[in-house]
Amino acid sequence: MIELDIRKKLLGTLGEFTLDVKLHIEQGEFVTLFGESGAGKTTLLRCLAGLADPDAGYIRVHGATWFERQGFDRQIKLPVQQRRVGYMFQDYALFPNMSVRGNLEFALRKGANRRRVAELIELMALGELQHRKPNSLSGGQQQRVALARALAAEPQLLLLDEPFSALDHATKLRLQDEVLCMQRHYGLTTIMVSHDVSEVYRLSKRVLILEQGNIVRAGSPAEVFGAGQAGGKFSFAGEVLAIEAADVVFAVTLLVGNQIVRVIASADEAQRLKPGDRVMLMSKAFNPVLVGC
Amino acid sequence: MSYDWQPLLLTFKLAAVTTLILCLIGIPFAWWLAQTKLRFKPVLEALVSMPLVLPPSVLGFYLLLAFSPTHWFGGWVEHIAGLKLAFSFHGLVLASVLFSFPFLVHPVQSGFQNLAPSLSEAAYTLGKSRWQTFLNVLLPNVKPQLLAGVVLSFAHTIGEFGVVLMIGGNIPGETRVASIAIYDEVEAMNYGAANFYALVLFGVCFSILLAVYLVNKKLVRSEW
Repeated sequence: MIELDIRKKLLGTLGEFTLDVKLHIEQGEFVTLFGESGAGKTTLLRCLAGLADPDAGYIRVHGATWFERQGFDRQIKLPVQQRRVGYMFQDYALFPNMSVRGNLEFALRKGANRRRVAELIELMALGELQHRKPNSLSGGQQQRVALARALAAEPQLLLLDEPFSALDHATKLRLQDEVLCMQRHYGLTTIMVSHDVSEVYRLSKRVLILEQGNIVRAGSPAEVFGAGQAGGKFSFAGEVLAIEAADVVFAVTLLVGNQIVRVIASADEAQRLKPGDRVMLMSKAFNPVLVGC
Repeated sequence: MSYDWQPLLLTFKLAAVTTLILCLIGIPFAWWLAQTKLRFKPVLEALVSMPLVLPPSVLGFYLLLAFSPTHWFGGWVEHIAGLKLAFSFHGLVLASVLFSFPFLVHPVQSGFQNLAPSLSEAAYTLGKSRWQTFLNVLLPNVKPQLLAGVVLSFAHTIGEFGVVLMIGGNIPGETRVASIAIYDEVEAMNYGAANFYALVLFGVCFSILLAVYLVNKKLVRSEW
């Protein structure tokens, strides 16, 4: 169980703001911190790991105090080395000088059973890669090694900092399953930083939305992202690429996500638009075509 | 005609001892410099780089004064360790260490700075101490820069002339290194001997540098 109540001054793009978070996480829970970059998600994770210090507050994990500072007179700080967190870095931080197996073996605690390495290599299907150096692996493979290495140290707490952000869609899905599988296998309390809604839905039971250092919403992904009150309407943000006159109406070419779509606009609407404008494209969902892909 | 090998041997001995001492103090210092956030870090960096731009005679002059037994430093060293620094091999080593310092520190420092901070942080989260992290994670990943630093300081010590001339003089077997011997032989119109020393130095330095570039190419590739 994690209890945390911390404050820390941060410098964002919009100037100074305070990370002010109070949290309670149950043993074995999978929680996601969601929010835009610069909201303080990674800092919160780093404070938990002991890589950064809050200005004030406390962090208690399984009854032990990892950090406490109230004013100047009282201060407890457990060093990173003794916190037993499995931290997965955004850039994976694999040691380039060691093989895949070497990376895992280096992570073993003193007196740990060396069989754990073999077990993880087996569990995560790293057998064929075990003697390769990290730089010769693909992004997805490196990510798997990073997860295995974090688990090799027998952590009490798994911290994932945007673990899937650099991967293509198919690899992402496969690895998300793997993370979930490992998390359940070891019953690990896990906190993940993410800004991908689909990822949050797939992995976590609880999501906390962080904005400018504060938790503004919390709950299950369905509650938080509003699927509970889903209406029959689509809306997408897009950018106007071109406007052409076609008989009595206008054809507007839009970029929505990675897709280029053409829609019809009235002369009135077209007059208010020019290429480069940001627009919302909305439609009633009365006749959708759903195709599996 | 037989040549006197002593100056050459002395040169390589000086370079080897200097490089060894440099490794012991220069590598930890480079690491410290790479990660420190002290406000006067630029001052230290400027001081380390001074030998690159200063004429050797400037440093040599001040060292000569400091090494004198009448100066507090020279007197103190003579009193504590019983070492005479002026016009002695020990003095040459000390001067060479100071003079070759940037040649080791610069490449190694930039090597450490180019490593992602997440590497050492990852090692810390895996329960490794700073020392374990330094030995097992940081040092092996700056191997090319380390090699460059070691070789550059070795080669630079071989090529040192001005400082040696100022504080070492020309004592056979003690301070008469090859670069001094060449100068001396030329002064004496002894071109044959000068040519011998010069040729050996040229050959050795070229071989060392060539070896470094070949090995570095391989080192970089083996990481991939």
